[in-house]
Amino acid sequence: MNYTIHTVEKTARIDRLIEHLFKNPPEIEADRGVLITESYRSTEGEPIVTRRSKAFYHILENIPITIRPEELIVGSASVAPRGCQVFPEYSFEWLESEFDTVATRKADPFYISEDAKARLHEAYKYWKGKTTNELATGYMAPETLRAIRHNIFTTGNYFYNGIGHVCVQYDKVLSIGFAGIRREAQQALDKLSVADSDFVKRQHFLQAVIRSCDAAILYARRYAKLAEEQAAASTDAQRRKELMQIAENCRRVPENGATTFWEACQSFWFVQMLLQVESSGHSISPGRFDQYMYPYFRKDMDAGRITPEFAQELLDCIWVKLNDLNKVRDAASAEGFAGYSLFQNLIVGGQTKEGLDATNDLSFMCLQAAMHVMLPAPSLSVRLWNGSPHDLRIKAAELTRTGIGLPAYYNDEVIIPSLLSRGLTIEDARNYCIIGCVEPQCPGKTDGWHDAAFFNMCRVMELVFQNGMDDGEMVGIPTGDVTKMTCMDDVLDAYRKQMDYLIELMVNSDNAIDMAHNELCPLPFQSSLVEDCIGRGTPMQCGGAVYNFTGPQGFGVANVADGLYAINELVFNSRKVTMADFKAALDHNFGEDAIGETEVAAIVSEVVHGLISAGKTVTEQDIARVAAIVGSKVLTAEQRERYKNLRKMINALPKFGNDIPEVDAFARKAAGCYSYSVEKHKNPRGGIYQAGLYPVSANVPLGAQTGATPDGRLAHEPVADGVSPCAGMDTNGPTAAASSVARLDHANASNGTLYNMKFHPSALSGRSGLENFAALVHTYFDKKGSHMQFNVVSRETLLDAQAHPENYKSLVVRVAGYSALFTTLSRSLQDDIIRRTEQAGF
Amino acid sequence: MQQDIYSVRGRIADIQRFSIHDGPGIRTIVFLKGCHFRCRWCCNPEMQEYGIQTMTVNGVPKTIGRDVTVEEVMREVVKDRDFFRRSGGGMTLSGGECLSQPEFAIALLAAAKDMGLNTAIESTAFTSYENVITKVLPHLDNFLMDIKHMDRAKHEAFIGKPNDIVLENARKIAPNAKRLVIRVPTIPGFNDTPAEIGAIARFAASLPRVEELHLLPYHRLGQDKYTWLDREYTLPDILPPTDEHMQMLLAEAQKSGLRCQIGG
Repeated sequence: MNYTIHTVEKTARIDRLIEHLFKNPPEIEADRGVLITESYRSTEGEPIVTRRSKAFYHILENIPITIRPEELIVGSASVAPRGCQVFPEYSFEWLESEFDTVATRKADPFYISEDAKARLHEAYKYWKGKTTNELATGYMAPETLRAIRHNIFTTGNYFYNGIGHVCVQYDKVLSIGFAGIRREAQQALDKLSVADSDFVKRQHFLQAVIRSCDAAILYARRYAKLAEEQAAASTDAQRRKELMQIAENCRRVPENGATTFWEACQSFWFVQMLLQVESSGHSISPGRFDQYMYPYFRKDMDAGRITPEFAQELLDCIWVKLNDLNKVRDAASAEGFAGYSLFQNLIVGGQTKEGLDATNDLSFMCLQAAMHVMLPAPSLSVRLWNGSPHDLRIKAAELTRTGIGLPAYYNDEVIIPSLLSRGLTIEDARNYCIIGCVEPQCPGKTDGWHDAAFFNMCRVMELVFQNGMDDGEMVGIPTGDVTKMTCMDDVLDAYRKQMDYLIELMVNSDNAIDMAHNELCPLPFQSSLVEDCIGRGTPMQCGGAVYNFTGPQGFGVANVADGLYAINELVFNSRKVTMADFKAALDHNFGEDAIGETEVAAIVSEVVHGLISAGKTVTEQDIARVAAIVGSKVLTAEQRERYKNLRKMINALPKFGNDIPEVDAFARKAAGCYSYSVEKHKNPRGGIYQAGLYPVSANVPLGAQTGATPDGRLAHEPVADGVSPCAGMDTNGPTAAASSVARLDHANASNGTLYNMKFHPSALSGRSGLENFAALVHTYFDKKGSHMQFNVVSRETLLDAQAHPENYKSLVVRVAGYSALFTTLSRSLQDDIIRRTEQAGF
Repeated sequence: MQQDIYSVRGRIADIQRFSIHDGPGIRTIVFLKGCHFRCRWCCNPEMQEYGIQTMTVNGVPKTIGRDVTVEEVMREVVKDRDFFRRSGGGMTLSGGECLSQPEFAIALLAAAKDMGLNTAIESTAFTSYENVITKVLPHLDNFLMDIKHMDRAKHEAFIGKPNDIVLENARKIAPNAKRLVIRVPTIPGFNDTPAEIGAIARFAASLPRVEELHLLPYHRLGQDKYTWLDREYTLPDILPPTDEHMQMLLAEAQKSGLRCQIGG
């Protein structure tokens, strides 16, 4: 046993820090946007990497800084608690057009002052035509843009924002500081010969790294000075002492290596925060925090310099600070990433590079910190393997029982071999951490591009039924008239062909965006913390990292699986339904939004009058067109009944998630069609594509854009999330559901799979509840599942929270790969979470 | 012999996976049809009759009861073998009264042991000790036995049968069972006074080798089923006991010296 479990109470300071943080709604601040514009205006014509580093320096030299009351760990990206900065170099038009609605929108509202609007309005004048967003659009093929317009997939994440999705070498900063990294860059620079073929490129990059290190050091010194000023002004002796220590810490780190645990915490925090000032990319993940922080904790403990109580308080302070960072997204993305989440994933446990158990005191203290603060960030994860201590499983189960949706559980026994298959060394694979939602990577060495796209597999199924057409346009490819198909293989073949083609378009889109980031937004600060950028003299965005991937996510596995099974059963096996009828039922949303013949005239007249009163001239032809559209929705009473009846027949069939191997086999096929096609492609950084199977929360908004599917799902309803069974369809309990989900090829979906399970609190009550819960997770992992996460909250509680949000401001639920405050989610996403099958334990 | 037990037929109402309150670990419960008792609070009234019944659930008729072989049941039960192994769980027979189909119940338990599974039954033990229970015990790891009341008349009034056989069998089972746990459904207006619970606990403590007693608070989750079966629910006005009340009864039960808990 390599650990001691310290059970420590939360201090009153932590409650007050949280109260302060959540007192006001989050706010958009203009400073970064204005400062980067100033800098860019003055560096026109210089190499882009130089301009980026100068802008970073200019921002850190001038951005307002603040120390919040009672903080022990300092450094805030915004003056307002939970405020955010803006990043016009990626995209800006959406925000300008949403200035007046962003404060009142449903998903993730932000306050913005009139002054900030005016300053940003001025700054934005510079950016027209200069963003990654605009460049990427220009790089995409017309058919790709058409597929995006038709909502087959979205690459919006990196289309509008920075990449993020990285775990940097925190350990390196803790050990040698930015002074040490600066030294490395200088040495690399000194070794260059002006005659080197790539001298210019390397020189500018290394100089940019040095400038970025200087910027970080300068920024910390500003905090040291502020702390000294506040100490001098403080009348409270205790606080004065704290502030003096804070000042001393900020003078030492992150410039130099940390000498105490407190310094290590402060140094970590500067890195974590500054990465999110350099770029707007989210999922900047602390990774294996319990591993790289442990030596500093151990040293202080052994020297008797620190108590477990104070060490825990420092951790709790970091946990609060992780909730201080924020990001404004466009209204549509905010729906998909609801809950103000930055997906800062922090993971504990697992194995060392040598393959020994890595659990230590801090692993438990991190879980304890989450119980103390009860906030959505960090996205806390636990790595489990066959050698994990039982204590860790139980402590994690205790955290799960709080209902906060944390931690997420990860299976070393699947993920390590999966990473090996993608070319990682055994040491690097054993050292994996999780990025963002569920994406594994080797920390400090990887540019994983993990959230590259959301790909809606249900839309592919729609195109199979429409022979490639969507809304009158050829979006896919012709794969034959579905009503002429004579066996299941014909259907699967068409599905695979459509899939391959649409994945090519998605790859085109991602690679276009990749190029835009390469050319316009290299990140020298981030690159200084990822191996082997300094060695190669190349920014991460241009292929500087040791490992390079692009990871787009497919979702809708369960819908496609249940749909394929239904077609196979009803059309080909029992022959109860013809394919023509099946298609017609889908076209008419299973008879649900059909129009009776008698209603046609009234509807046409209403539409025409609407056009006229809107000032449009309406010709005979227009009326005929309207009549044709309305007419196409007309069904006879018999047809309507028949299609409704087909849906009943479909609903009566067995579904994925009930431990029925024949159904589950279709899920494996549906997922495999996606993941095996994705992995054939390459990205511009010299890496390969790898598929993920998870939706964040995009299954709700993207489901709204999806027509009826053969699994009986009605048009516009949410699509199944992650690899989970369709909501409410797993009726045989959690063991059956888990056994089904484990039948997918999780190892091949090496960008991560996501399995949501919802429990009623009674299922985890008492010690035996914890034991049984831990056994459930353990068994799912025995069966080669990769990830599992839980909502432990009663349906009644969630319904009451919808009715009385004011009473549930702090109710945290697991959304998908992250936790969020329930009341901040949109109504439709709330409904979806309520609908997920609740596993009570009988 | 083995071939024989696997082909024994019986009548079940349901098989439920991931049961975590009826014996140790994660378990699969097999509900057998038929019961000698007619407890007025029974939450599985559709399992009382041995005959196959139709229950109308929200307008949809549902057949309750199907005849299966031991082999068919075990095929379903072993699906969760891996979960049993990690949690120390296994198979639990319930009902109805599982021992009201003695040959089937014994064959199921023997098959489970044959396959290396942990076994439990939830039972009232209202059957012949010599002819049935002695044949059950060799295959049984956990006997979860209901004792509902010490008063013969009250037992008969609420349950339909007196308690003599139950109490007599409890005394016989205790020294011979691998593990016997006494469980008391705690029903307001029937047995939820400290005196009544205390009496059961003292009796349980007097049984040799019995160490545990579980108080199972009354719940109304079965109430709708009476409507679906077109039957009258004769306890319409009672409410589930409050937490405070259960804590008070727990304290009373603990005076017996047994390890007591609320819930299974």
